[in-house]
Amino acid sequence: MSRSPSASIFDARILAPAIAGAFRKLDPRTLAKNPVMFVVAVVSVLTTVLFVRDLVTGAGDLGFSFQINLWLWFTVLFANFAEAVAEGRGKAQAESLRRSRSETQARLINADGEGTRLVAGASLKVGDLVLVEAGEIIPSDGEIVEGVASVNEAAITGESAPVIRESGGDRSAVTGGTQVLSDWIRVRITAAAGSTFIDRMVALVEGAERQKTPNEIALNVLLAGLTLIFVLATATIPAFAAYAGGSIPVIVLVALFVTLIPTTIGALLSAIGIAGMDRLVRFNVLAMSGRAVEAAGDIDTLLLDKTGTITLGNRQASDFRPVKGVTERDLADAAQLASLADETPEGRSIVVLAKEKYGIRGRDMAGLNATFVPFTAQSRMSGVDLDGSSIRKGAVDAVLRHIERTSAANGSAAGTAESRRELEAIATDISKAGGTPLAVVRDGRLLGVLHLKDIVKGGIRERFVELRRMGIRTVMITGDNPMTAAAIAAEAGVDDFLAEATPEDKLKLIRDEQAKGKLVAMCGDGTNDAPALAQADVGVAMNTGTMAAREAGNMVDLDSDPTKLIEIVEIGKQLLMTRGALTTFSIANDVAKYFAIVPAMFIAVYPQLDALNVMGLSTPESAILSAIIFNALIIVALIPLSLKGVAYKAIGADRLLQRNLLVYGLGGLIVPFIGIKAIDMIVTAIGLV
Amino acid sequence: MLTQSILFVVLVVGGTALASWPLGRYMQWAMDPADLPSGISGWKTRAFAAIGGPLAASSQNWTRYMSAMLAFNLVMFAVCAAILALQQHLPLNPDGRPALEASLIFNTAASFTSNTNLQHYSGEVSLSYLSQLGALMWLQFVSAATGIAALAALARGLAGRPLGNFFLDIQRACFLVLLPAALVLAVLLVIGGVPMTFEGAAIATTLEGVQQTIARGPVAAFVSIKQLGTNGGGFFGPNSTHPLENPGFWTNIIEMVAIILIPMACVWMFARIIGRLRHGGVIFAVMLAFLLVKIAGSVYFEAAPTRAFAGLPIDQTLGNLEGKEMRFGPAGGPLWSVLTTSTSNGSVGAMHDSLNPMTGLMPMVGMWLNATFGGVGVGMINMFLYIVVGVFIAGMMIGRTPEYLGWRVEAREVKLALLALLAHGLFVLGGTAIFAATPWGADTLNNTGPHGFSEILYEFTSASANNGSGFEGLGDNTMPWNIATGIVMLLARFIPILLPLAIVGSLSGKRRSAESNGTLSVEGGVFGTMLAATIVVVGALTFFPAATLGPIAEHVTTMN
Amino acid sequence: MQSLLASIRIAAMTMLICVAGYATAVWAVAQAAFPDGANGSLVTGRGGAIVGSRQIAQAFTQPGSFWPRPSAVDYNGAAAGGSNKSPTSPDIAARGREMVERYGATPQFLLPADLAAASGAGLDPHISEAGALYQTARVAQARGLDPARVEALVRTTAFSPGGYLTPDRIVNVLELNLALEML
Repeated sequence: MSRSPSASIFDARILAPAIAGAFRKLDPRTLAKNPVMFVVAVVSVLTTVLFVRDLVTGAGDLGFSFQINLWLWFTVLFANFAEAVAEGRGKAQAESLRRSRSETQARLINADGEGTRLVAGASLKVGDLVLVEAGEIIPSDGEIVEGVASVNEAAITGESAPVIRESGGDRSAVTGGTQVLSDWIRVRITAAAGSTFIDRMVALVEGAERQKTPNEIALNVLLAGLTLIFVLATATIPAFAAYAGGSIPVIVLVALFVTLIPTTIGALLSAIGIAGMDRLVRFNVLAMSGRAVEAAGDIDTLLLDKTGTITLGNRQASDFRPVKGVTERDLADAAQLASLADETPEGRSIVVLAKEKYGIRGRDMAGLNATFVPFTAQSRMSGVDLDGSSIRKGAVDAVLRHIERTSAANGSAAGTAESRRELEAIATDISKAGGTPLAVVRDGRLLGVLHLKDIVKGGIRERFVELRRMGIRTVMITGDNPMTAAAIAAEAGVDDFLAEATPEDKLKLIRDEQAKGKLVAMCGDGTNDAPALAQADVGVAMNTGTMAAREAGNMVDLDSDPTKLIEIVEIGKQLLMTRGALTTFSIANDVAKYFAIVPAMFIAVYPQLDALNVMGLSTPESAILSAIIFNALIIVALIPLSLKGVAYKAIGADRLLQRNLLVYGLGGLIVPFIGIKAIDMIVTAIGLV
Repeated sequence: MLTQSILFVVLVVGGTALASWPLGRYMQWAMDPADLPSGISGWKTRAFAAIGGPLAASSQNWTRYMSAMLAFNLVMFAVCAAILALQQHLPLNPDGRPALEASLIFNTAASFTSNTNLQHYSGEVSLSYLSQLGALMWLQFVSAATGIAALAALARGLAGRPLGNFFLDIQRACFLVLLPAALVLAVLLVIGGVPMTFEGAAIATTLEGVQQTIARGPVAAFVSIKQLGTNGGGFFGPNSTHPLENPGFWTNIIEMVAIILIPMACVWMFARIIGRLRHGGVIFAVMLAFLLVKIAGSVYFEAAPTRAFAGLPIDQTLGNLEGKEMRFGPAGGPLWSVLTTSTSNGSVGAMHDSLNPMTGLMPMVGMWLNATFGGVGVGMINMFLYIVVGVFIAGMMIGRTPEYLGWRVEAREVKLALLALLAHGLFVLGGTAIFAATPWGADTLNNTGPHGFSEILYEFTSASANNGSGFEGLGDNTMPWNIATGIVMLLARFIPILLPLAIVGSLSGKRRSAESNGTLSVEGGVFGTMLAATIVVVGALTFFPAATLGPIAEHVTTMN
Repeated sequence: MQSLLASIRIAAMTMLICVAGYATAVWAVAQAAFPDGANGSLVTGRGGAIVGSRQIAQAFTQPGSFWPRPSAVDYNGAAAGGSNKSPTSPDIAARGREMVERYGATPQFLLPADLAAASGAGLDPHISEAGALYQTARVAQARGLDPARVEALVRTTAFSPGGYLTPDRIVNVLELNLALEML
């Protein structure tokens, strides 16, 4: 898979526009989307007005009040800046996407099906037919109705190797903005201008159409609720102080309020969301919505296709198992002959094995006067006809039927019952070991069975162990018979398997899992996967897949790499974890802030309350100023973390919580004590108050 | 001394914790019977359904359950108010108690309907025996039963089952849980020397020849349910410090056990109904931890001598004795003060106003949290609110959409939970702010300075926590106090029942997800820690500025 | 409306069982088995007249009697209550000084705190054993008794309310004074 390099956070190309963006986002309409920061902005306006009033009347401690005001505004700006940086990184990526989509011309096929005329790509409608020839850019998303072509999809995948696209089957979808390298295709347009894949991608990474996800909305509710609680906590203080015969300046109340409300997470929330989406895009996965990304983090069951995901796409011959009376060499010889012209990977692996084991070399097919009999769905066999002799290899039942047929035709004995039984025993044996048996027959005589082995991908077992630790159950989907499936499942270490799976079985499995309260993810590419993709909570369609599959899923993997489901889950989890961790950090910070500001606030009324000044802050003013400076600076300090995300480790939920609670909860408790004390020392040393 | 104090606490708290286990099992059997109402063993359900009438026949959704509860509570309020208003015309009034003032009637009816038992009257001075028993003691049964019923409904909802029927639940709680327990306890109290008579006050001529009127009455029956149902309203003004409510050391122990017994058992009942005993264990442990911390603080601070006696030739080795009874031993007062406020009981075994400043903070903390066992039924419901918030934050931290028992906790649930928690803060802090800054509060104080502030803060805290104890020096039988705390008690009673049931109603419309190694476990120490942290940060820190100006300021200005 | 009807039926039933039935049952048990405590632990004097309740403090002011703890309600058995003063309150300090003066306490002869601090209900019938012993000299002198006898009486009347759990022994003042009459 290819990852685009991530832009450094403090890259000047991002930094400068982000600073400008921080100011632009002071627009109340923009601020209103973020309740916590909106409240901070409102109180900042209030204190600024009060400051101006005091400036005119000359009342109050102007220097102190000015500095608090300054840092209040910095708090808002830092929050805006965080969001702008996240968006800037996305924009940088979108820019390169957009370049690929410079105004294209399309050759629209006339209604009569004859001839074409040039139109602007933007004017295409869904259902239009266009012709695209070598060297041309495909004008919009569509489905090939005719032709085969190699296409360069680097614009969306970053992969420069061309891919084959052809009409019919599962590789018929093409993406607007990609380039046809050879041949020609007729394409039916499936997306109107502005809603193509690349358009959606650009919109997503720029964060322009970012909609709040359910979890984000819930978190916003929590933050708004906490803000209200702290409104209550601070708004009642003047009355309390009045009872005690004191009065608390508004600026001090505001300082307490702003430090108590969860500004840290409030400021970073949208940056975390944008960065999460961005991580996915960088990973060459396109999520149709933020909701899908979060759902990925919730997955309980992962359906994985065996072939290509768990095993290498191709089976390989690993053993020759002759029946009694046939030497291994004879079997190998026949098998090699039958496979010489077989260009499938399996066929080639037989030739290779024969050479490795018995030094049987390639032979000149023409010299042998051989004709190759290719595999057909009907016969389910392939082979070769030599002078007066025929060799066939194929599925055991197909081969047996073949023997019966030929013996009935020429009246010879249909192989001995004994050799049939033996053959079947060997075949069962191989199936149990997870292999695929391939029977070989020469002139109606059973020679033996080839053991075709599924090669489980290296490292996949460890991934499944990891998934299990994450609490995710893996189910292998395969068309193999149950015996073979069980053996491969055991070898790969998946939790369960679905053998001889039809698309209906898949759909049923997903529904069953969901009925048990599980969230299911799967990936698929074929049109017949579409119902299952739509039913799954997270359906990842392969980019090579059909348009139907791509529309049914809620994510598209541009690299068409099914193993990426695992990473997608991690990215989903990481997004939520980052929010949770920073929320915890933000709330835990409050303890220190209370201890900084509350004694400072009431010390004029009850001087003995200095006993609560556990940090030993030098003056009430420096204490309050330090708290508000800390509160602002911590936002900037946490921008990198919110963009990068909290590291996810597959160690189980309980230990994960323990770890995050220690780092962000306990850390959030301790860090501000140290930070505020340090700032207090600096503030005092340089005489700010 | 220290050994005895620790042993004493362990005996009361540990002993009750042990006893709560079988009681929780019994309560689940009583409140959530598995038997079909048709079988032989279903006769109870059939009987209750017959009493309740047609509406008691079928299961209710949360809105119907809630409206049934409100209707019943309306009847409770009305009956109580009517008896109080007409007591001078009604029987069982041997001492000829006169009519009560209107705002006091409102306050008292609100107070006992809401299971608060804040008493702006003094029982032996103002009320007839009929008012005490027919109005107040009746409400001590049915208001407590209301809480237990609400918890049973909440638990059923969380278990993914129909909520049940309020009209059945209230009778189950009354007749099967509270009544047998109250009978047993009342007899124990009678054995311990608590009066139970319908005769009027006794007139004695003391050894020095002075006339002494000794108020008495049907005390044992009243005290028994007052303690068991986290009601707390005493038969006499000074509550369980009164020698006739609490004659000795052992009755004191029994009464303390009775304070926390059912609240503790409610946790187990909840855990059993949702089918998660280990989860119940974690909740129980968190509650117990808070309780023990408060007890330790309370006993520690109360060992400090009466500050006002400093410099006088007075031997204060027994600690602060102001407002305390000799027969309860040195730890009796402070331990009771924590138990009664950790639950929403509100009876007192020592005068809270006369506790040392920091000791006085412990009861307030208990009522601010109001969930470290809490009131019967409602304490566990309050804890559920903290659990929702805690689960939400913890759920995100493990990278999943937060779930509780497989139910997804989303915006609506978080909103409802926070509203309920916010309401408590609003009532306590908002009420205190208004009364502290106006003559409504300032003119009624019995103490000056920070302690006077504490009296106001305590009163609203107690009303909002439906506790009912008081810094009793406060002259709280005034129109503003009666009305303000009356309203607060009613709102603070029903909001934290209504909103959690609404949460359950909202959850039950969702697809329930399965739990696995990857979902948040609510059964371990990590979750317990998370829950405790949530309680401290969301529940307690809000009150820190108020605490600073009250008990903490009094402590730092006077105790050093 | 139907809910209200159901509520009223249940209210009537609970009133009947949980109030009338329950109170009657407890009353019957109490009056049958524990009539003394059930009626207020009243103490009758020589003539059969009620002299007080063992559980309720009464005022003793004569030097020949043991004095109980101070009472914020002046031992009013019909309207009990505590001082409800903060232990930091000057009012408490004033009472402390008054008691010190009353008992003639000196730094060499410290007054036990229970004799200076008011109880919660103002009706605490007990004082500490130390508080009783503190008064033996005065009582013995006023009555013309041997202080050792009075002291012995205090020691035999004193008890530990909670056994091992309460090492500090206490004395019931009314019982002590009644016993004193017998000497």
